[in-house]
Amino acid sequence: MLKKGKKSRMKNEVNAGSMADIAFLLLIFFLVTTTIAEDKGIRILLPPWSDEKPDITQLNKRNVFSVLVNAQNQLLVRGEPTEVRNLRERAKEFIINPNHREDLAESPDGAIISLKNDRGTSYATYLKVYNELKGAYDELWDDLAMKKYGQPYDDELTRAQKQAIQDEIPLVLSEAEPTAFGEEN
Amino acid sequence: MAMFKKKRGAASPEVSTASLPDIIFMLLFFFMMVTVMRDSSLKVDVKTPYATQLTKLEEKSLVNYIYVGRPMEQYQSVYGTKPRIQLGDKFSKVEDIPLFLEKHKLKIPEKKHGRITSSLRVDGKVTMGIVQDIKSELRRYGQLIINYSAKKDPDAK
Repeated sequence: MLKKGKKSRMKNEVNAGSMADIAFLLLIFFLVTTTIAEDKGIRILLPPWSDEKPDITQLNKRNVFSVLVNAQNQLLVRGEPTEVRNLRERAKEFIINPNHREDLAESPDGAIISLKNDRGTSYATYLKVYNELKGAYDELWDDLAMKKYGQPYDDELTRAQKQAIQDEIPLVLSEAEPTAFGEEN
Repeated sequence: MAMFKKKRGAASPEVSTASLPDIIFMLLFFFMMVTVMRDSSLKVDVKTPYATQLTKLEEKSLVNYIYVGRPMEQYQSVYGTKPRIQLGDKFSKVEDIPLFLEKHKLKIPEKKHGRITSSLRVDGKVTMGIVQDIKSELRRYGQLIINYSAKKDPDAK
């Protein structure tokens, strides 16, 4: 009788006391192996490979915004030395051309940014320049989205709305084959 | 007075730990969700530069990583100090990239092939020459969506 009673009482609950320990063990394992991913970056689309070199000499000169970065990480924008921090404003002015100047782009959809670097240019400088150029377009898209749809250019816009904005101000960034200066060894 | 004393004595001083496993499990699940298993240990020094116009990478499984940087100290005697490419967990040459991409492609269902992204994790001090070679190789192979990995600038705004 006594034994029977004991048995039925044991059956009533599973001992969950070690559950916390097991969970802790797993938790610590995942804590150790976790690297909270902070993978962000500048997303770009490369042009498809073609054997013939693109020819930008035929383009109207006023529509080309040429940016050169040399092996000393100096910047030459349309023939004049420039600081990186001024690049974004200059690019924006070039693309939009608010005062209809003769030497800036005819219209935003005709504007071409041409980026050229040396093999010796440091990657950090290159990315900084690229970031500024991308930033110029991002700001212009934001402005246009504000004007057209009353909200900034982000994920809340529909695909069609984004496409409409990109049609109006297309991002055309052509990268020339770099010159072989300052290759490190 | 006497009544008060009695009450205090009756209340047990112990905190119930019955919900502890639940709390721990919650934490556990959180970490399980955010965990990305490191599949390769880095053999090159990579300190990605700062930038502001960042986009987040979606769907980790569609991303392959190409590391570029100087070999870490313990590898310098064998591999020198020149910037090197690391694919998976070994030092590689530019010519190895197509095979690496092909291997990654095999693990992905075919309808998602168009969205595969190559993330270039390049050290800021590396010069563009080697990056250019990689870009040309990627273009030749047809892998056109790439991502210049960068960190959010802590000084910006």
